[in-house]
Amino acid sequence: MSSSIASATKIHCYHCGEVCNTNEIHVREKAFCCEGCKMVYQVLNEEGLCEYYDLNKNPGITQNRDARKDKFAFLDDGAIESKLISFKNEQQVHVTLYLPQIHCSSCLYLLENLHRLNDGIISSRVDFTGKQVTIVYLAKKTSLRAIAELLTRIGYEPYISLNDLQHKKPAIDRRMIYRLGVAGFCFGNIMLMSFPEYLGIDVTEATLRSVFRWLNFGLSIPVLLYSAFPFYESSYKSLRHRFLNIDAPIALAIIITFVRSAWEVLSGTGAGYFDSMTGIVFFMLAGRILQDKTYRQLSFDRDYTSYFPVAVSVIKNGAETPTALPGIKHGDTLLLHHEELIPADGILTRGKAYIDYSFVTGESVPVYKETGELVYAGGKQTGGNIEILVVKEVAQSYLTALWRRDEFKDKSTKPVSFVHLLSRYFTWIVLGIALLTAVYWQMHDTARVWTAVTSIFIIACPCALLLSNTFTNGSILAILARNHFYLRSAQTIEDIAGVSHIVFDKTGTLTKPGQDINYNGKALTETQKQQMVALAACSGHPLSKSLVKLFAYTDHLPVTAYKEIPGEGIEGKVEGVLVKIGNSGFVTSNTDSRGGTIAYVSFDNIMYGWFRFSNRYRNAVPLLVRNLKKHYGVSILTGDNEAEKLRLRKLLGREDVLLFNQRPEDKLNYIKHLQQKGKKVMMIGDGLNDAGALRQSNIGIALSEDTNNFTPASDAIMASEKLEKLPAFIRLCKANRHIVLASFILSITYNIIGLFFAVQGNLSPMVAAVLMPSSSLGIFLVTFGSSHRLAKHLQL
Amino acid sequence: MSVIVILLIASISVASLFLLAFLWSVKTGQFDDEGSAASRILFDDKPVSATNTEKL
Repeated sequence: MSSSIASATKIHCYHCGEVCNTNEIHVREKAFCCEGCKMVYQVLNEEGLCEYYDLNKNPGITQNRDARKDKFAFLDDGAIESKLISFKNEQQVHVTLYLPQIHCSSCLYLLENLHRLNDGIISSRVDFTGKQVTIVYLAKKTSLRAIAELLTRIGYEPYISLNDLQHKKPAIDRRMIYRLGVAGFCFGNIMLMSFPEYLGIDVTEATLRSVFRWLNFGLSIPVLLYSAFPFYESSYKSLRHRFLNIDAPIALAIIITFVRSAWEVLSGTGAGYFDSMTGIVFFMLAGRILQDKTYRQLSFDRDYTSYFPVAVSVIKNGAETPTALPGIKHGDTLLLHHEELIPADGILTRGKAYIDYSFVTGESVPVYKETGELVYAGGKQTGGNIEILVVKEVAQSYLTALWRRDEFKDKSTKPVSFVHLLSRYFTWIVLGIALLTAVYWQMHDTARVWTAVTSIFIIACPCALLLSNTFTNGSILAILARNHFYLRSAQTIEDIAGVSHIVFDKTGTLTKPGQDINYNGKALTETQKQQMVALAACSGHPLSKSLVKLFAYTDHLPVTAYKEIPGEGIEGKVEGVLVKIGNSGFVTSNTDSRGGTIAYVSFDNIMYGWFRFSNRYRNAVPLLVRNLKKHYGVSILTGDNEAEKLRLRKLLGREDVLLFNQRPEDKLNYIKHLQQKGKKVMMIGDGLNDAGALRQSNIGIALSEDTNNFTPASDAIMASEKLEKLPAFIRLCKANRHIVLASFILSITYNIIGLFFAVQGNLSPMVAAVLMPSSSLGIFLVTFGSSHRLAKHLQL
Repeated sequence: MSVIVILLIASISVASLFLLAFLWSVKTGQFDDEGSAASRILFDDKPVSATNTEKL
C-alpha cells in the first residue's frame, strides 16, 4: 500500500542520502531529510570540514531518529570512566572507542579532524579495519562524556557495552610475523651464499668454500630454533595426546635435514641442505599466517555482555543516578527510557511497557506488560519511560543464566581434519620407502645407508601437503571474507563442507526489520485516513507507530476523548467521528478467526476493514530455500506464534519441519535431535535466542545486519544481504578438499623425481634446492588459481 | 679473492639492520592496520589554525 504522498522525483538528503519525505529542509540549494542531518552539515560547514562531503557521496549516517539527551551521563562517573580509558596522567587521557558506523574515507577524515570540533581534543587516530578511534584529550578542558556526545552529534555514536567494562582486550599476537621475518632473512641470505657452491667454486679455494658453508650453517640456526618452533610445539602437543598430526613428520624432517647438513659441514664432506630447510620453514610459516588471518573487527566469542549497556539510571532518593550494571542490586528501582535495554529481571512499577524481545526470544511483536508483572532482562522497551524494581541481579537473570549452561561449553573433541589423516598415510609410506632403502644399501654398500635415508626424509617432506592445505584454506577464507562471510578458523571450512541439514531461525534471519501492512475492506477516503492516523499518533504502541509511519502525514488532526485499552485497542473522537482501532473484540464486538496480527478500524462503530501486519521477508528467501532443498534438508524454527504459518508452509513444502513458539532450549533440543539421527546440522540465526542452538549445531552462522554490532557466539558471521549466496559458499567449501588433494598430487610428482635421486644416495644439494621451491611455487599456483577460478564461476 | 669475506660481513650486517628495522616496525604496530593509511593519504593538508598548537 503506497503512501498517498508520492512524488515524481525523489530528493535525497545531502548528508545521508536517504529519501526526503514531505518535510525536507533546505539550506541554500542543499536538501536534508531532517534537522539532525542539517545540523551536522552546519557544524562541519562552520569549521571548514566540508571535504567530508567531497571525498564520498552522501557519507553521513542518518540522524532521523530520536536520541536521548542524557544517554552518556554515566560517563561522568569516575569509576566507569577509569575502566574505559587506556591511559591517564595529570594532563592527557587516552581512550579508544568503538564506532561501528565507520565505513568510508570520509569517516576517517572527519574523525581524524575532531580536534577542530573540540578544543580539548589533541589528536585522534582511526583504525579503519577495527572501526575504532583512539582519542587523546586534555582532562582539564573536556571529558569523556563530552566527547561521546560530540561523536553522537556528528553521527558516530560510540558503542559502549558491558563487555568493555569487564574484559581486557587481548594483545595482538605478532610472533608469527617475527618468525616469518627471521626465516625470510636467513633463507634469502643462505640462498645467496649457496650460489658459489652450485655455480662451481674452484675446489682449490677450500677455505673460501668452507667460509660460505659455515655462514650458511650459522644462519640456519635461528630458523631451526626460533622460526620452526611452532611446528615442534604443535607436534609435541599432539603426540602427548597420542595423536600424530601433520606437524610431527615436518618437525622430524626439519631436524633430520639440519643434522645431516651440520654433519656434512663439520666433517667437511659437503655443503648441506640449509637452503632447502630454511626455505620450507619460510613457505610453511607464510601459509600458516595466510590461513590464520584474524578479523579484528569481529569476535566469534561474544557473550551477552557485549549486548548489554554499561550503565542504567537508578532512582535513588528521588534522583536519577547512572549506575554501572554490575552495581545494580536487588531492590533497586531502574528508570528505563525508550529503546533502552532492560538489564535485570524485575517487576514493572510504573509506565506502559511494550517490550521487544525479538532478539532474545524470537517473538517479533512487542509484548505488553502491566504494572505488577515480571519483566525479563534482555528486551528493549519500545514505549515511553518505565520503572522497574529489580528482583534478580544482572548476572543472575533468567536469560543470562541460559547462556551459561554447561551444554554451551566448548566441545572439547573437535573433528579431525582430513589433512591429518592423509599426512599419516604419507608418513607411513615414506618410512616404508626409507626402510626398504636402508635394507637394500645395507646389503650392497653400507656407506650409502645414512646418506640415502636422510635424503629420503629431506626430499619427501610432507610439507607439500601442509602447504597445499594452508594456501587453499587461506585463499578460500579470503574469498569468503570478501563476500562478507567471515569464518572463525580454517577448520570451519571443512565443517561447512560436511553439512547435510540446514536450520533457519525466522525472526531477523529470514525476515527484515519492519512490517508489511496490507489493508482489506471498504476503501477509506482521504479524510478517514487522516482521522485514523491522527488517532494512531496518540498511541505509543509499535503497531500504531507503524501505521503512522506508513501514511507519513506531517500534521495530525486533533483528537478528543482519547482512550487506550491495553491489549485491546484505542479510540477517540476526530472531527466529531468516533474512530476505533484494535482487535476484533474491541472494534466489532465479536471475535474472529483470522490468523495473524490484525488491527481493525471502524468509524462511528461501522467497521470498514482491517490492517494485516506481517513479516517482511528478505527478497532472496524463496529462491534460496528452493535451491537449498535440492541438496539439504531444511527446517525453520521460530519463537514467534503461528501467524506466519501459511506463508512459511508455502515456502517450505509439506514434509519439511516448521516449528513455532520455540523457546531457546527448544531450538537447542531440536538440533540435538537431528544430530542424534546422524545429520550434520548448520544453524543460521541472529539473536540471543539462537545462541544455544548455534553452539550445539555442527556449524553455527550468525547473521548480522551490519557485521559490527553484537552477534551471538558462532563459528561464522555472515552479512544479512549475502544470505542468498549460501549455496555458493557451501559449494566453495566443498571444493576445498578437492583443491588440496589436486595440488598435493601435483607436488608428489616433484617428490618422486627427487626420491629417484635420494634412494640412490645421490641427492645433490642443488637438485634439492631446485625441486623444493618449484614444488612450493607449483602448489601456490594451483591452489590460488583453482580457488579463484571457482569463485569467479560461482560469482563470488 | 679472500677480501670477499669482508664484503660478506658488511652485507650481512647491513641486512641484519634491515631485519631489526622490520622487527621493530611490526612490534610498534605499524602493520596492524592496513586500511587507514590508504585513505589518509588522500586528505588535503589544511593550514593549521593558531588555536590548536598546544604541545605537551
